[in-house]
Amino acid sequence: MSETWLMKNLRAVKGRAYPRVVGGNREPSWVFFEIALPILTVAAYAYIYKFMSARPEFVGYVILGGAMTAFWLNILWSMASQFYWEKETGNLQLYLIAPISRMAILAGMAVGGLFMTSTRALATIIIGVFVFSVSFTLSDPLLMVLVFVVTMIALYGMGMMFASLYMLLGREAYHLSNLMTEPIYLASGFYFPVKYLGFWAAAGASFIPITLGLDALRQLFFPTGSQDAFLSVWTEVGILSALCVLFLILSRLSLDYMEWLGKSTGRLTLRWQ
Amino acid sequence: MQYAVETEALTRVFQPKRKKEGKSVTALDSVDLSIKQGELFGILGPNGAGKTTLLKILSTLLLPTSGKAYVAGFDVETDFQEVRKRINMVSGGEVSGYGLLTVKENLWMFSQFYGIRTKVAIERIDRMLEQFGLMDKRNEKVRTLSTGQRQKMNVIRGFVTDPDIIFLDEPTLGLDVNASRVIREYIVDWVSNGTDKTVLLTTHYMAEADQLCDRIAIIDNGKILACDTPENLKKLVKTSTMLKLDTTMLDDKRVLETIKGIEKFTYADDATNNLTSLKFVLQDESAVSDIVSEVVRSGAKILALRKTEPTLEDVFIKMVGKGFE
Repeated sequence: MSETWLMKNLRAVKGRAYPRVVGGNREPSWVFFEIALPILTVAAYAYIYKFMSARPEFVGYVILGGAMTAFWLNILWSMASQFYWEKETGNLQLYLIAPISRMAILAGMAVGGLFMTSTRALATIIIGVFVFSVSFTLSDPLLMVLVFVVTMIALYGMGMMFASLYMLLGREAYHLSNLMTEPIYLASGFYFPVKYLGFWAAAGASFIPITLGLDALRQLFFPTGSQDAFLSVWTEVGILSALCVLFLILSRLSLDYMEWLGKSTGRLTLRWQ
Repeated sequence: MQYAVETEALTRVFQPKRKKEGKSVTALDSVDLSIKQGELFGILGPNGAGKTTLLKILSTLLLPTSGKAYVAGFDVETDFQEVRKRINMVSGGEVSGYGLLTVKENLWMFSQFYGIRTKVAIERIDRMLEQFGLMDKRNEKVRTLSTGQRQKMNVIRGFVTDPDIIFLDEPTLGLDVNASRVIREYIVDWVSNGTDKTVLLTTHYMAEADQLCDRIAIIDNGKILACDTPENLKKLVKTSTMLKLDTTMLDDKRVLETIKGIEKFTYADDATNNLTSLKFVLQDESAVSDIVSEVVRSGAKILALRKTEPTLEDVFIKMVGKGFE
């Protein structure tokens, strides 16, 4: 691997991340759609927990879950379905003929999406903390960073894998994203600890990296979080690390397969004919 | 001699998605082409002739069903990464890029996929924006550009990476005269001033092909019908007589099919203005009087009649038996 090759691909990552980091903030409507609306959902659950006199940390769980939904929505709508839209606009063929790794394009999408979504998630947490007076206690900052990083790598690795698969589904990708929104909110425990779904349901949902990441973050942010934990933080870090490797390998394989299939059948390139 | 592009019996067949959905389509049928380095080569053909399929294969976006294609000496199937280092592509009517980014940002973004340093990329972008008369749009969002401005930006995107070979798929499609002129002039300058820079241009604008190209291949139904310089192609119809005839609406053109001495003819009706324009390739000039007689007998009035110099369109009509839409 020469330095030139690496630099070329890093430039490609930077280039593809740029529209998300800069362009994504040029439409002020994102403040309403990506911060105000999620806060309303969070508020609904928070008031239910207050009405039920649940432990105060449950409101905190909801705020953390509400912040993490931004990442899941970003995966579905800005990673998984992205190649399909890129095909429609003609960008995809320009990415494919560029002399770089396809993974660099996907990595650029992921880095840009991660940056953009992190600002939204942080805003959701800050507003939630002020409105609902929730106190977050960070017992182990380094471990929190580790959990967040492995969760995001696994999550965006999954998004990279979905990007290739969704593209082959064409218009059905839209329906698949819709299908994976509300059910995953439930299965991944965005608004309650996943432990209460029962072991096997929680174990199944753990294939979605955000399930374990959220469970681990709740344990790290709230002193009594371990009472509601599905697995220990380190077990979850271990599983998430394995998912990182799995999804990155699968995304590479699915990307190669998608490109080969597209070139063979002409499904990637018929738009302009 | 190393060719910029070389194909050997290149064939591409598209299969229907499901067997029920119809027959397979042969988009390219045993195409043999050799394009020299430094050449501005045109592929001329109507919609659906196979031009875009050929470009997709050469730009490594599509695999041939059979035959071989080499770009800069590299096999497009097996050495596609080497091919990609040396090429770029621009399509007419392209809407690539992101509307929320500015013109400069979009061009910079695409330059990053070719590993060009930001400083170098920005210098090139500024120089080309100036050449294309887009400097004042440099910091405008792409979604605010007109069709012509957007296509100029697309063309800059293709050239900003300084490829050895560029594939231009109908680059002036749907543009006004001025925008087309700017793009054509840039293409000619780029080939003339560069070292062995090669352009493969597809178009269905005859005049564009005639004006720009060193050599032209005429393609129809996936087959190359002729390949030569525009002058030599026009010599193919030199022995024939070209005739243009404008009449009031001529309803029944079948009467013309029976006249001896007509090699080929095409027509276009303009119902709004009650006009029919006919073009004839004649083997024998004596057919003119028969044509006039038949038109008059059918009740149409003759508005204009003139003999013309051979054009690429006449070559095309002679070879394919039809004009362009």
